[in-house]
Amino acid sequence: MQTANLLPLILVIAVIAYGLAYMRSRTVAGPLGGIRNLKALPFYYAARAALWCAIPALIVLSAWAAFEGKVIQNLVVGSLPSELLPQSAGEASLLMSQINNVAAGKLNPNFVPADVVGAADKLGALNAQSSQFKTVLVVLIAVLGAAFAWSRVQPQINARENVERTLRWIFFACAAVAVLTTVGIVFSVIFETVRFFGKVPITEFLFGTSWSPQTALRADQVGSDGAFGIIPLFTGTLLISAIALLVAVPTGLLSAVYLSEYASKSARSVIKPLLEMLAGVPTVVYGFFAALTVAPFIRDLAEMVGLEASSQSALAAGLVMGIMIIPFVSSLSDDVINAVPRTLRDGSLALGATQSETMKNVIFPAALPGIMGGILLAASRAIGETMIVVMAAGLAANLTANPLDSVTTVTVQIVTLLTGDQEFDSAKTLAAFALGMMLFILTLALNMIALKVVRKYREQYD
Amino acid sequence: MNSMNTAAMPAQNVSEKVAKPVIDEKPETAVITEGSTVGQPFADDPKFKLRNVEVFYGENPAIKNISLDIGRNEVIAFIGPSGCGKSTFLRCLNRMNDSIDICRVKGSLMLDDQDIYDPKRDVVELRARVGMVFQKPNPFPKSIYDNVAYGPRIHGLANRKSDLDDIVENSLRKAGLWDEVKDRLDATATGMSGGQQQRLCIARAIAVSPEVILMDEPCSALDPIATAKVEELIAEMSESYTIVIVTHSMQQAARVSDRTAYFHLGHLVEVNDTDKVFTAPDHQLTESYITGRFG
Repeated sequence: MQTANLLPLILVIAVIAYGLAYMRSRTVAGPLGGIRNLKALPFYYAARAALWCAIPALIVLSAWAAFEGKVIQNLVVGSLPSELLPQSAGEASLLMSQINNVAAGKLNPNFVPADVVGAADKLGALNAQSSQFKTVLVVLIAVLGAAFAWSRVQPQINARENVERTLRWIFFACAAVAVLTTVGIVFSVIFETVRFFGKVPITEFLFGTSWSPQTALRADQVGSDGAFGIIPLFTGTLLISAIALLVAVPTGLLSAVYLSEYASKSARSVIKPLLEMLAGVPTVVYGFFAALTVAPFIRDLAEMVGLEASSQSALAAGLVMGIMIIPFVSSLSDDVINAVPRTLRDGSLALGATQSETMKNVIFPAALPGIMGGILLAASRAIGETMIVVMAAGLAANLTANPLDSVTTVTVQIVTLLTGDQEFDSAKTLAAFALGMMLFILTLALNMIALKVVRKYREQYD
Repeated sequence: MNSMNTAAMPAQNVSEKVAKPVIDEKPETAVITEGSTVGQPFADDPKFKLRNVEVFYGENPAIKNISLDIGRNEVIAFIGPSGCGKSTFLRCLNRMNDSIDICRVKGSLMLDDQDIYDPKRDVVELRARVGMVFQKPNPFPKSIYDNVAYGPRIHGLANRKSDLDDIVENSLRKAGLWDEVKDRLDATATGMSGGQQQRLCIARAIAVSPEVILMDEPCSALDPIATAKVEELIAEMSESYTIVIVTHSMQQAARVSDRTAYFHLGHLVEVNDTDKVFTAPDHQLTESYITGRFG
């Protein structure tokens, strides 16, 4: 049986185990005078049975799935005569795919050596065996686990503790998934980045003022050697993010103040979901809004007042991005402002402070950590945003602080470097990882600075 | 039924009355008629002149036609079972009910013959004159100094830093807190004990030099020692301020107040000198409450 089919099977067995253990615990409780004479509620005996049924089976299944391929491959390759044995990793993978294709019937057996055909047969047989064995083993473990749990439904055994402990580990595992993923991403980026710095000196990368990653593919090709200075990209990113935050932070913060302090209940119930909808619009939609509506409008406006503006501008991208991230600021700020205790508000009002004075002097400082969190989230969104910039700000890596010029950002360059055909050992491709690394460091630094700021200025109530 | 009889009760020997209550002279049953308050609800030249006050939360009446005078430099205690409207009534006096959308106040409420609920009335000025101390100590999460300086700053009471320092010191002294905190004025106020926090809130209210201080169960979150300190403070402050205190502790009302008003289900049942209320109340309901038959 396939792994995918085994999963529902395990689930079904676990549900049956749950039901049986539940019934048995009630049966056991009957003569004792009700379930209050059990150490734990029937639910816990049942849940324990389901867990003991499912968890060992799942562990065995995943271990099997992880090692199955490798073991079978070694067995198959080992059965080949020595003159066919691969000399290099490339040959090995070629040989293996040959065997696989023959086994799958995609390759005519007449075109390959007879030994390879034999290996393919062996592969098919091994796969079938492994699958059968796996099915039997997993089902057996599940049933045994369930049976053991069923036999342990006894009034003096406290199933509650077992279940609690198991759940704790399950929760821990879920939390660990997020952390491990982050660690994995960081390491994969680090390795490629180190390779990149083997080709391009780190000083050139960090302090170069020109970005033009096109490298010559052939030795005789006329073309640039590639310039990998990230300064124009970072100024572009910072310029657009700064414009976006300039739009989003005041608007978002003040609308949060309006929503939490001034708006009537009915106004709030309409405005808040509408504002939050802004965050739900796909960025590609924002992108063409920026490119087709805002950017030409800005260009025309700039020309009217006698300024020169490119048809793709940092300003257009920044403005639209700012609109997009308003809800990150407003929604979170609104929540934390509402969380400030009413007694503080009353205390200030009773001293004769106006609503806005109360806001500025009491509520805002108390809500600062949460507000900062909202702004940070908005900032990370702005730095990481790609689609709007691709469409509205252009691809030209100009080193400029003029918002009417077209600029490009780190994220946009990563996209252009990694889309299309590429070879994985060229500086051009590896540069994408170095850029990703820099982006990661930037947001990390931003987080740490914000934490420092919050710790310094927060006014802790309670 | 008596209706607002100011001096209807003949002078009697109090001790005799305690020993043998003369039931006949009191409104016999626990029936209250709207707008009828026994005892002495009125005063000459009052600070607050409150007539026919009604408060509604949406459609529900919380205060039913109450008339009361609060004298100058008087300490008046509001007592009564929970939900009887005493806090609501108190919060009308500095318009703290304004922030509750569904709350409506009717009737005439005058502070020194000026209408409190005049739409043109400056609430900021009103609240600067009528300060408030809340049930739970609510110091701002700022330093002790900034807490006291908060009011003077927003009202522009000090032109120079040294003036502000003086106001802060005086207020803390009046609240009996100066010696405890003078060395740590920059420490955060939320780190103080509950009793200190409440006295800080009193100092904060005094700092804007109000004429009236409203206290909404100021000691309900405090231990007995802290309570004693706050009560002592109220006694001292009664020389210079009009104080209205809501309390659930009848001993406290008896200790600190000149007059006591008994509220019941939104009605003002009885107002009398505190001694009289606690020894020989005029109304059956008051007597039931203070003797602990309900409440």
